[in-house]
Amino acid sequence: MTTTDQKSNEGTTPRGTDDVVLEVRDLSVTFPSDDGPLPAVREVSYVLRRGEALGIVGESGSGKSVTSMAIMGLLPKNARVEGSARVLGQEVVGLRDEKISRIRGNRIAMIFQDPLTSLNPVYTVGYQIAEAVLAHHKVGKKAAMDRALDLLKLVGIPHPEQRIKQYPHELSGGMRQRVVIAIAMANEPDVIIADEPTTALDVTVQAQVLEALEAARKETGAALVLITHDLGVVAGHVDRVGVMYGGRMVEMGPVEDVFYRPRMPYALGLLGSLPRLDEDRGERLTPILGTPPSLLALPTGCAFSPRCPMARDVCHEKEPRLLATDENGERVRVPVEDTSAHTAACHFSDQLGETAPEDLFRATSVQADTVVKLDAAEERAEEALDEISDSDTGSTEESGRERETILTVKDLVKNFPIRSKGLLKRKVGEVQAVSGISLDLREKETLALVGESGCGKSTTARLILQLIKQTSGEVSYMGQPLHTLSPRQMRPLRRDLQLVFQDPFASLDPRMTVSDIIAEPMRIHGRSNSDAKGRVKELLDLVGLSSEHGSRYPHEFSGGQRQRIGIARALALNPKVLLLDEPVSALDVSIQAGVINLLEDLQEELGLSYMFVSHDLSVVKHIADRVAVMYLGKIVETGTTEELFRAPSHPYTQALISAIPLPDPVKERTRERIVVTGDVPSPADPPSGCRFRTRCPKFADELSESERTKCVEEPPELIDRGSGHRDACHYSKVMELLSASRS
Amino acid sequence: MSEKKAPVAPRSTDAESVGGAERTQLQMIVSRFARHRAAMVSLVALVVIVLFTFVGPFVWRWDHTVHLEIPPSVPPNADHPLGTTTAGHDVLGQLMRGTQQTLKVALTVSVLGTVVGSLWGATAGYYGGRVDALMMRVVDVFLIVPLLIMVAAIAGNARAGTTWYAVALIIAFFSWAQIARVVRGVVLSLREQDYVEAAKAAGASPGWIIVRHLLPNAAGPIIVAATLLIAVAILLEAGMSFLQFGIQPPDISLGQMISDARTAVSTRPWLFYPPGLMLLAICLTINFIGDGLRDALDPRQTMVRR
Repeated sequence: MTTTDQKSNEGTTPRGTDDVVLEVRDLSVTFPSDDGPLPAVREVSYVLRRGEALGIVGESGSGKSVTSMAIMGLLPKNARVEGSARVLGQEVVGLRDEKISRIRGNRIAMIFQDPLTSLNPVYTVGYQIAEAVLAHHKVGKKAAMDRALDLLKLVGIPHPEQRIKQYPHELSGGMRQRVVIAIAMANEPDVIIADEPTTALDVTVQAQVLEALEAARKETGAALVLITHDLGVVAGHVDRVGVMYGGRMVEMGPVEDVFYRPRMPYALGLLGSLPRLDEDRGERLTPILGTPPSLLALPTGCAFSPRCPMARDVCHEKEPRLLATDENGERVRVPVEDTSAHTAACHFSDQLGETAPEDLFRATSVQADTVVKLDAAEERAEEALDEISDSDTGSTEESGRERETILTVKDLVKNFPIRSKGLLKRKVGEVQAVSGISLDLREKETLALVGESGCGKSTTARLILQLIKQTSGEVSYMGQPLHTLSPRQMRPLRRDLQLVFQDPFASLDPRMTVSDIIAEPMRIHGRSNSDAKGRVKELLDLVGLSSEHGSRYPHEFSGGQRQRIGIARALALNPKVLLLDEPVSALDVSIQAGVINLLEDLQEELGLSYMFVSHDLSVVKHIADRVAVMYLGKIVETGTTEELFRAPSHPYTQALISAIPLPDPVKERTRERIVVTGDVPSPADPPSGCRFRTRCPKFADELSESERTKCVEEPPELIDRGSGHRDACHYSKVMELLSASRS
Repeated sequence: MSEKKAPVAPRSTDAESVGGAERTQLQMIVSRFARHRAAMVSLVALVVIVLFTFVGPFVWRWDHTVHLEIPPSVPPNADHPLGTTTAGHDVLGQLMRGTQQTLKVALTVSVLGTVVGSLWGATAGYYGGRVDALMMRVVDVFLIVPLLIMVAAIAGNARAGTTWYAVALIIAFFSWAQIARVVRGVVLSLREQDYVEAAKAAGASPGWIIVRHLLPNAAGPIIVAATLLIAVAILLEAGMSFLQFGIQPPDISLGQMISDARTAVSTRPWLFYPPGLMLLAICLTINFIGDGLRDALDPRQTMVRR
């Protein structure tokens, strides 16, 4: 197992090949499919040294997970794996299952994305950790259980003596993922592969779990391969980073080099399309046009060439190799073992160096299959907009100082009953999803509702739309109360209030054509067929799709395009208010930027008001005018975006902001952190007084005993701290967390 | 933004494009169906069977009744290609009439049972709660009553069992419950989908949601249940005929023919095999057509290999 000297050189990257724990060379994975061979991974090579952390980033379908599955020998039997992968010098590709089992879990361990499914629900967590120990060591049951207890302590689970006897369902998501980490650590492996370990978790929990992973790694000296789509997570936790695209490694190097001086247009584009917490709202995002290539029909030459603004003839003909650029600007080959080299697979990587994303990518909202198509689409979109704004000139003039409040929510409460099983279905309790929320949405503004999962933000959106009935409270639109209306009376008002969903795959009826989907709201409201057809064309243009797309079915579109269809449907009835329920959180980064830009454009051109529900503070900071932060069914802080991010005053907001990983290696490692412990309590039994007190760092560390009593006994009211910035904390104190960006 | 900004394009071109779009959608379904080989073969076979049973009687010189000129118990020969019965029926004539009656009963039962069952099940599933509990208890009652006995009792009392539509109505009345249960199960999960909520947010009424979203998306299970129902209906009708409650002589159905010939399988096989094989052919073709239809109606199926 590990020795002390291995621990001591952890973090540094010494030369030589003797400390290489994982070496991947020309690894290719091909899946047979009905439409011909599908090359999921193509000639990926990298080395991992002892104690090193390597990040692999890429969008969905880039082959980042398949690579690690190939190393672990976990691919289905029909996959063809070529090339080599050596763990401590031992070849694992093509190894028989019983042989690879001896390496798997012992020398190399894996952490999966979903802690819910990677633990077996019928065994206690202690047993499952002990099982991992027993699989590779001939020790007694007692010894294995003792080791399990140590491991639980190592990953920072409170009260491990009790937890060890519990079943997975008794633990929260963050706790479960810690258990998974403990299992991976059980045999002190030399390599840990973590495949999106925190994607399923909330940000505050993500921060805790990443910390636990870091701590556990320090203890055992294991090297880490961190696979993720989140550039922020990578920035703070790895030494080197590899970027994958279309099954290939397209850029690799030390994390600072890749983030500050990317040499591949794709990496540059990814950074440009990311909304950032440490930048101002004014700048538009620069999305990468188009969609990731289908692996079945990869373009000849560079896989990125169809989306690349730099692409020239050679890019469409010859596939670039992964090469470094030397001092003279020449592209040279470096051995894979040279872990300090910064390599990129681009014919023109020597010309990129200090380029900013804006120089290369256009800040546009339209996304099309090719750039040629894009221009045409843009023209059409403009025409369509002209048409629309023609009839709308009257209203644009009165965009004066005073914005009118159009939607008001007052003391909104929603409790879902918990019923007993059996015939009687007695009410045994209540889930307090929303407990007394007041909001107002003004004309042409974006109000963001942020919070972690289960805080009641989506329920609030549905309550406003009267899709579910509130327990008490009032909702009024333009002075008219909605909560007293019958469904029939509500129908005409639905024209003005529309909803955009999070999941672009579930929100479109798979059996309807795109035209029918977009026309549906108009048909419901009795517009004639021919009328609706014309409007569908306009709407498709407006959201950056072409009108030929209308006769196709949703499954033929990518996630970003589907979300555009969803937006077009919401716009069909010319609404005044759009409620956006996590509209971009299911999309890949490069696509997300295009949709955000589209939403901003639409708001400007159609004069829409947005209620933007999201858990992603970076996106919120980019798009919102005002923000309301929710915690366990209550608003804890609200203010203008500028104020709230510059000077958050509620401890929860502060913790939330500091938990968001910044895609900037230096800032991410040096910033001040406010760490929240534990998980969100159950909304069926919220804490008395201030609901945040159980996790509050201020409550735990700063307050005196007498001060705490107030937190326990008295629920704090939302109190104005000046200029509309309100928070609900008895002892609120402004704190500056983000150093202003240079721009 | 208001109604003012309706499309500027002239009406006629719009109307044209509407027709165009819908035609292509239908064409897509047809072409997807055409690619399903087993379904296409079955469709041709079923058309041949239908022609045979509905046009055949006008062409063939013997009908299904007893004629003195027909020699009894003759094996297949030039005059009687499928032989004759002991009483003096021409088996080919019987087969035409019998298949016709059976098809009419089976298809009527399937259509009625599926429509009623789907709507019932979808309504129960969509509303849930008390409505669901009440509606499904009704279904349970229909499911637990021994079907054949109820059918026989009613048919016997009503004395209406001699015409095919009466038989079809009675069987349909007792067989929709199975479909209702299947559809309700599917709808329970479908109603949680985001697109249902999207329709609600657009102001759609429950009826609109059930007809436009829930039933089309439940098409797969519904079609499977409907094709099974055809087979069940044929068997039930045969059973009723056997118990003297179904279609009565001198009229004839496939079930009746089979039950008449059940003692003659080895001695006079020409009496048993024609109706038996015909029954098999009908059930098989309808099943394959159901398969093909299910795939063709699902736009996610880009290609069907078989």
